[in-house]
Amino acid sequence: MTATRQLTYLDAIAEALAIEMENDPDVIVLGTDVGGDFGGAFKVTKRVAAQFGPLRVKNMPMTELAFIGAANGMALMGMRPVVEVQFADFISTGFDSIVQYAATTHYRWGASVPWVIRAPSDGGIRSGPFHSQNPEAWFVHTPGLKVVAPATPEDAKGLLLAAIRDDNPVIYFEAKPLYRSLKGPVSDGSAAIPLGVARIARAGDDLSIITYGSTVHDSVQAADEVAGDGISVEVIDLRSLKPMDTDAILESVAKTGRALVVHAANRMAGVGAEVAAFIGEEAFGDLDAPVRRLGGLDIPIPFSPPLEDAYRVGPHSIVQAIREMVAW
Amino acid sequence: MSESLDSAAKLNLAYWMRLTRTLDDALVAMWKQGRGVGGTFSGKGHEAIAVGAGYALGPDDVVAPMHRDLGCYLVRGMSPERIMANQLGKEPGVTRGRDANLHGMGDLEFNIIGFVSHLPQSLPVALGAAMSFQYREEPRVALTFTGDGSSNTGLFHETLNLAAVQKAPFVLVVENNQYAYSTPLHEQMAIEDIAVRAQAHGVVGEIVDGNDVAAVHAVVSAAVARARDGGGPTLIEAKTMRMLGHAIHDGAEYVPAELLEKWQERDPVTLWEDTLLEEGVLSPERLERLHSECRDEVEAAIAEAEKAPLPDPATVATGVYAP
Repeated sequence: MTATRQLTYLDAIAEALAIEMENDPDVIVLGTDVGGDFGGAFKVTKRVAAQFGPLRVKNMPMTELAFIGAANGMALMGMRPVVEVQFADFISTGFDSIVQYAATTHYRWGASVPWVIRAPSDGGIRSGPFHSQNPEAWFVHTPGLKVVAPATPEDAKGLLLAAIRDDNPVIYFEAKPLYRSLKGPVSDGSAAIPLGVARIARAGDDLSIITYGSTVHDSVQAADEVAGDGISVEVIDLRSLKPMDTDAILESVAKTGRALVVHAANRMAGVGAEVAAFIGEEAFGDLDAPVRRLGGLDIPIPFSPPLEDAYRVGPHSIVQAIREMVAW
Repeated sequence: MSESLDSAAKLNLAYWMRLTRTLDDALVAMWKQGRGVGGTFSGKGHEAIAVGAGYALGPDDVVAPMHRDLGCYLVRGMSPERIMANQLGKEPGVTRGRDANLHGMGDLEFNIIGFVSHLPQSLPVALGAAMSFQYREEPRVALTFTGDGSSNTGLFHETLNLAAVQKAPFVLVVENNQYAYSTPLHEQMAIEDIAVRAQAHGVVGEIVDGNDVAAVHAVVSAAVARARDGGGPTLIEAKTMRMLGHAIHDGAEYVPAELLEKWQERDPVTLWEDTLLEEGVLSPERLERLHSECRDEVEAAIAEAEKAPLPDPATVATGVYAP
């Protein structure tokens, strides 16, 4: 269990898939271009495609609504399909199969739909409006789904293992800018990290940043920057967005008295709006300053570097918000 | 077409169709009397398809019926009491008051998969079940039903394409009842037969008289056998007529009376009973007894369901997630 090895974020995902496919013959992978020597647009499934072959790593025609629907049927029969949508942006093509069918089934007639959809999300890599999105809010708004968004290689592995073993439909947003740029310690073995438990990415006393995904790293960077000025920032990495570890949020805000919510997705009606409203309702008495939110602008995600940089949250905008909140 | 069925099977089909019609008539009457909850749907005219196809499946096969397929739920063994309790939003209903009328009435003990109002959603779900049978090398088949309206959706075509590529043990029965809500076929599609859509995807396409239960049973049995033997999917278009409105509130004034009269002459339930009378499989006395047995069964089911408790509002948020 000791974390001695350094793995990239991508290799940690690939390792979790391989472990659970070995553990459980009911786990199979479905998606466009996932199989064979090609092994996926980002090569996340290359390892399992080589290890388990085409019966368990199945290439699908470009029929997302149908193959996510087929994952519903497989899951009802007791299998545990792991679906890759090539880009999180494309998940909208499978929307009915997710939000109308999978999400409502257990409530309506008590049958479990244990699948995982892996959705490579997030931008900053000059991929334009349709290869850069963070659509997690659509699914957090949907009762019956679980939603996770790991920020580190260790969590990428542990949360994927938990997601596959969970008896509910889980959407797993992996942050594609981290695939190869982020390397970190990853535990041996096959232990899962429980869904719904946040992590303190960086401890601090003056202000809490509540975030997830790639902006965890931006937030830690910003926190390190302001530490030189004597501002002590705590960074809470939610890890799971649904269920959400609201206790961890309350505990941190009770300690610091300031809450800044940060995510890469656009701000309007994003997950941060829910977190901010929750803090306002449950922790108003703890607050020394108004809750603030940082997110993308409420626009389609632009392509050209200066435009995309103007759209995105980054360490600079986080530092500025921290300073304003501390001075409030 | 009835030669391949023995007398016991012929009588079973007569019983299931008459029970279906009796329950359907009772539902319509109750809702018109204001004894129902919300809306309900009649499958009048669809009995031969729902019963004939349901009866062609083995116990381990899986079926995803829709809101015109009351008979299929009955054939698979779901009790009229439980179905009626579901219609009334009662605790002992299949969905414990969570979903309406026949919607969501899945129960894997009977190998029945529940549907959502977005009807073509059942297509890929049944296909996924079929793909799991392939993967596990189980000799099982998955069958689902949909309507003429659904056959225009992208998902219909996506699913047929995927089923063909996977060569899955999947049977799709399209109940072409001439109308998608108020929209007649000629405003929905520029083809005569929905079955030709199979050809575009490399799937076997069949057309059957949806008011002839023996014909439906025969064509579905052949498709199921082919699927079980690794022969891949089949699309069966069963032509019929929706004899009442889209749902209970809908008087269907947009349907020409002559069209309904024409189809009424070929009512699937009486058509089959007349066939069996002619063949001597049923005597008039036995037929009368069958009718009264079905009436008694339905009346008992209604009485049970009406006195069953409603769900406790304290449980409203339970069961959203599997534990």
